[in-house]
Amino acid sequence: MNKRDPLEESPPGLTSRRSFLDILLGATLFAWLGSMIYPVIRFLIPPKQPDLNVSSLDAGMADAFKRNTAKILRFGRKPVILVRKKGGEFKALSATCTHLDCTVQYKDDTEQIWCACHNGLYDLEGRNISGPPPKPLTPFNVTVKENKIFVTRDESA
Amino acid sequence: MSVTSWLQERFDIAAVQKFAAKKQVPVFFGTVWYYLGGVSLFLFILQVLTGILLSLYYQPGAATAYESVKFIVSKVEFGWLMREIHSWSANLFVFFIFLHMFTVFFSKAYRKPRELTWVSGMILLALAMVFGFSGYLLPWNELAYFATKVGTDIAGAVPFIGSFLTQVLRAGDEVSGATLSRFYSIHTAILPLVFIVFLGIHLIMIQVQGMSVPEAQENVPPEKKKTMPFFPNFVVRDLMLWLIMLNVIALLAVFFPWEIGLKADPLTSAPAGIRPEWYFMFMFQTLKLLPAHLWFLEGEVFGILMFGVGGIIWLLVPFLEKPKYTKLWTSVGVGIVLYMIVLTAWGYLV
Repeated sequence: MNKRDPLEESPPGLTSRRSFLDILLGATLFAWLGSMIYPVIRFLIPPKQPDLNVSSLDAGMADAFKRNTAKILRFGRKPVILVRKKGGEFKALSATCTHLDCTVQYKDDTEQIWCACHNGLYDLEGRNISGPPPKPLTPFNVTVKENKIFVTRDESA
Repeated sequence: MSVTSWLQERFDIAAVQKFAAKKQVPVFFGTVWYYLGGVSLFLFILQVLTGILLSLYYQPGAATAYESVKFIVSKVEFGWLMREIHSWSANLFVFFIFLHMFTVFFSKAYRKPRELTWVSGMILLALAMVFGFSGYLLPWNELAYFATKVGTDIAGAVPFIGSFLTQVLRAGDEVSGATLSRFYSIHTAILPLVFIVFLGIHLIMIQVQGMSVPEAQENVPPEKKKTMPFFPNFVVRDLMLWLIMLNVIALLAVFFPWEIGLKADPLTSAPAGIRPEWYFMFMFQTLKLLPAHLWFLEGEVFGILMFGVGGIIWLLVPFLEKPKYTKLWTSVGVGIVLYMIVLTAWGYLV
């Protein structure tokens, strides 16, 4: 029987013992690294906080809310801007600018919603009318019952 | 037996002394540029020292951060001085690194064999900007809160891993006290460690290869070339400049203090006139001017991608520049400097 030197080059097309071991070693190393890195990456991702299941928000008394003003309310984790128009009707919109996440404000001189960060403008329907915002603000429903203002999620939006 | 000879018996310190004695600094019209890296180094040292001191009193957390900074500047003796030196040297640090980078760019000092010195320097510049961005949030004031909201939202525009990045940076969906803990760790543990590694590499490469001289100076006949010894002549000049810098910073700290502003409140609107730190201003102003939609992309995504691609090209300049196009690269550099200056000024004036 002729014994072949295990370290000798194997004929082309055949995997030598050495290259097989290289692959095995490489794969083990890779798996080992993965098992080190995976827990770290999982650790970096913050655990999901249960969504504060807010469906309705008591926004105070209607007659105490001056016309042509607005306030920012906390709806779950997100801010909502509640505007009382000149005519007296209410409008609620998401207060998070669709551009880069700043909180918008009401401009009483032009009756528009303005984001100070990058000069984005919305009308009172939430439509992005000028500046960089790419999308309109999400509307919320406002109902007034017995002088109390309630803001609720707009299911149609 | 003297200490030197005791050491010499164990380590070959004579070789280091010989190296230091032999090192020469070229003297010509551009010698002044050689001080910019040193000044940046000094400002970094100041950052580390004042940063360690501030960390003795600072308390991260949405309920404590703002209060502890107020406590530092109003109750702790010389607390105001430490904070002001930290803020001022941070701003000057970024300024001098930029200046250093552009003088290296325009004198073409990044060319072979110094490509990797340039790359390590660009990494240091990027790290310095992350230092600034993460440190800005720590006082937990209104401006920092919105700057961080915008900055972490921008990270979301990175292709594929954007939303993962935003989540990891914010430690949740929103900027909160958890974000503050994370930024504190980034600012005081992660970045200093990474920065010192790259700084070490940067300095070693410079020591090994020596100072670069521009082509015009290289062609000067040898008998007309002037040099000065690195030690002590150049080092003493360096130290003198550092001392002047320290005095300038002390004056700035006293006469132009950085305000703390109002405490961050997630229920307020972003205030009018809000702006980031000056070294982000040209990008901020660009984002302000871009329309909502450009081509098939949202305006902001377009802008962020442009800056990202621009930064990568800038990082790779030593590998991309061909001697044939030297003039073209120089004019591109001039264009970029002008763009940065004009948009920064625009951002402050409008």
